[in-house]
Amino acid sequence: MAGGSQRIYKARIKSTQSLKKMFRAQELIAASRIGKARARTAAAAPYATAVTRAVSAVAAHASIDHPLTTERKQPTGRAAVFVVASDRGMAGSYSASIIRETERLIDQLQADGKEVRLYAAGRRAIAYYSFRGRDLAGEWSYGSDAPTAEVSDEIADTLLGAFLAPAEESGVDELHVVSTQFVNMVTQRPRVVRMLPLEIVEGVSVPGEGEAMPLYDFEPSPEAVLDALLPRYVRSRIFAVLLDAAASELAARQRAMHTATDNAEDLIRTYTRLANQARQADITQEISEIVSGADALASA
Amino acid sequence: MAELNVDLVATDRKVWSGTARTVVAPSVEGEIGILADHQPLLAVLRPGKVTVRTDDGVAVEAQVDGGFVSVDENLVTIVVDEIEQV
Repeated sequence: MAGGSQRIYKARIKSTQSLKKMFRAQELIAASRIGKARARTAAAAPYATAVTRAVSAVAAHASIDHPLTTERKQPTGRAAVFVVASDRGMAGSYSASIIRETERLIDQLQADGKEVRLYAAGRRAIAYYSFRGRDLAGEWSYGSDAPTAEVSDEIADTLLGAFLAPAEESGVDELHVVSTQFVNMVTQRPRVVRMLPLEIVEGVSVPGEGEAMPLYDFEPSPEAVLDALLPRYVRSRIFAVLLDAAASELAARQRAMHTATDNAEDLIRTYTRLANQARQADITQEISEIVSGADALASA
Repeated sequence: MAELNVDLVATDRKVWSGTARTVVAPSVEGEIGILADHQPLLAVLRPGKVTVRTDDGVAVEAQVDGGFVSVDENLVTIVVDEIEQV
């Protein structure tokens, strides 16, 4: 028996050490990317602000009556749900909590008698739903920790297309987005937002009493300007959602990998102690064997 | 003389920002030139060339493929989808 348990502990320590190295590497990679992800969020902000301001300018000028802001006259009974999860795991409960939130939303929509059409971004969500044999109306795996404007536009155009499609071509009544909100480095919250029909509330400035509303010149017409603005507004919202989700994913991964590294260290410490104990036990046993052997010889 | 505060933004970044003398942008109804104290304007852009000039000459000259421009109290915001600086 001697050395048997020692060898097992040594092997465990070794494998845990190599796991620890991987966790540490993942943690460092995630940490280095968070800064970049947040910089991208900040870089996209001026566009979002400009579009929002322009939309509110039109809203203040003319009553917004646009297909994107109004409910369908004949509801189709369909609702689109867009899920933003991650492409890779090793991010703790990041994707799991998004999927849980999505399931809750789907149940709620179905309870209201709506048919749900799912759109998924991120391989984790796609794998989850295709494994369960659920149909996805659209799927994107695009490198969820660094979304580009091109992918975001493609997603937004698909979703807008579904919303604007006539009822017989499987148009949807509303669009819900399930994604993660980056609160800070330690808190990321799953968030469900109804994105379409649009409710333009943020940043709409209402002029005070006696204050003249700036008289805008619209070229070519308020309707045409709105037509050009609203899809961009949706696109910038979708892009913001993807960027926020990317930052959240990286933060979740960094935290999960940090915990994993700590756990690996704990395991290594425990196994080292056990290995030492086993070695001591082996030595003690050998000594007592030798001593009792010598005693037996002496007394013989 | 009043100056224009210009912000030129693309989907994922701010391209240029600063004070300028004139801005020329390709609106759907033809090129528009914007000088200081222009009346408030919201115009849709078609693909074409945006030029921003300061006192020192041309600051930005870029090919855009659509977007819009808004002018409000000498604050000019040019929002474009895709941009290629010339």
